[in-house]
Amino acid sequence: MNVEHPPSVSLASLDQLWFQVAGTLCNLTCHHCFISCSPHNRSFGFLTLKTVKQRLEEARTLGVKEYYFTGGEPFLNPEMTAILVETLRYGPATVLTNGTVWKDAWLKTLTQAEQASEYSLEFRVSIDGFSAQTNDPIRGAGTFDRALQGIQRLVEAGFLPIITATRTWPESREIEVLQAFRQTLVDAGYHRARLKILPSLKIGAEEQRTGGYGSLDRVTTAMLENYDHSQLICHQSRIVTDRGVHVCPILIDAPDSLLSQSLEGAAVDFPLRHGACYTCYQYGSICANPSTAFASQTGPTSASQSHT
Amino acid sequence: MHHRIACLGGIYSNHLALEQALLDIARRGADQIICLGDLGAFGPHPDRVFPLLAEYEVTCLQGNYDDSIGNALDDCQCGYTDPQDNHFAQISYDYTLANTSDTNRRFLRQLPSQLRMELGPLRILFCHGSPRRVNEFLWQSTTSTAFLERLAIEHEADVLAATHTGIKWHRPLQHGRHFVNVGCLGRPENDGNQNVWYTMLEMRERQLQVEFVPVEYNIRQLVHEMRQEQLPSEFIETILSGWWTTCLEILPSKERLRGPH
Repeated sequence: MNVEHPPSVSLASLDQLWFQVAGTLCNLTCHHCFISCSPHNRSFGFLTLKTVKQRLEEARTLGVKEYYFTGGEPFLNPEMTAILVETLRYGPATVLTNGTVWKDAWLKTLTQAEQASEYSLEFRVSIDGFSAQTNDPIRGAGTFDRALQGIQRLVEAGFLPIITATRTWPESREIEVLQAFRQTLVDAGYHRARLKILPSLKIGAEEQRTGGYGSLDRVTTAMLENYDHSQLICHQSRIVTDRGVHVCPILIDAPDSLLSQSLEGAAVDFPLRHGACYTCYQYGSICANPSTAFASQTGPTSASQSHT
Repeated sequence: MHHRIACLGGIYSNHLALEQALLDIARRGADQIICLGDLGAFGPHPDRVFPLLAEYEVTCLQGNYDDSIGNALDDCQCGYTDPQDNHFAQISYDYTLANTSDTNRRFLRQLPSQLRMELGPLRILFCHGSPRRVNEFLWQSTTSTAFLERLAIEHEADVLAATHTGIKWHRPLQHGRHFVNVGCLGRPENDGNQNVWYTMLEMRERQLQVEFVPVEYNIRQLVHEMRQEQLPSEFIETILSGWWTTCLEILPSKERLRGPH
């Protein structure tokens, strides 16, 4: 394999624009966070409503299809509700939250804004595992119950949150774990739970926990032959942080991820030299919502076969 | 040059609804009838739609399902990840593949994926999912107007017509352009009503008129055939109730909230 010359991927179409709207500030300190967010990590700052508005205008001229907001915990940003209300004038919005900090007044405002808009407002709430026993060691004591209460409040407000969990269990236990997960949500009053399972990304805090990627965990030119590039986030997404426009939401800590100060300028090829690129390649469409993710058309039968 | 084009979305083997739609179109009159793909899936006796399409000279596009059935691929290429959705999608796919004749599979293989046509002064591009990808879902609530404007410009079309999602919608764009999802004939559109839909595009007073036409058909007969063919009771429930019961994961929240499942 050729680590020195990793294959590059071009931005085929800027369909999804992400915003690192809360920087790296979070009220939780999850052990698997791929950008090590915490109550003390201010390496990336908040985006203001004014900045987001400017970017939305820029995005409109480029024909962006939908918008995603992440952090950190987005709702620590005092302008988060106003930002989402504004975004729904431009297109569909999805916010990734841990579900533990919002206020009823915000939910009321967002319910009204969503109902008035032609577009969907999706909440993606992260919890890990179907009980406090599995979740709290990763996300912190008491966070399971708080997240579950947050989900209940969203459901009561008329939303259908997508519950996301990072796969911290063996894939052989997937069906059993997901069944238990659904049952927990039913018990909490969420009868038609939408689930999205994410692979673990061995960078940031998770690198400390797992030892990170091995030197062979890289995408090679041969692996991209007959591979559907649309499975890679960098093929149709970019992310705005308070530093500029980066290649994807996963790699913002990597110095080479910062591509430009403008969306148009960020439409450049990106070399897949990171271990996380390998996870993205393996699993495909790991960041987009199920309603918008492309089904792979010519994907490899399995990553391990392609890696030989 | 055409003045009136009838558009059929996914038929999903619902030959009874197809027949009623074609009779209605014949009564109204149309210069062309276009089917935007997905002839099979979900319903009974997939071979029964083909003679009707031939009799009424319907021009067909190849949807993702037609590509899969025609080429005997492993699945329908809808891209479900939920195990429950995949379970039902596979039952439907295996049944349709096993019950589509070789002749009809050859017909599916040779269908074009897109078609351009003129309606008055308007350039229409017909496709299945989107102009750039056969299995792209363009939902009303997750597709920005700016994105549709870009697609229309990039693909040099005044009107983009698609299906694939199974739910009709129309959005006028700048400079007289339009996006139209023509809906589908195969199953109700998760609105609690039993009828299905086709779409009539017409130039009237130099304006594009988009008319969504409800189609009533013999539901009792369809349910009888689905039971005889031992298709899942969940599919029959959808036909009877008008609510989707399977393959729900790909619905955005707005579209899903309309139904109880």
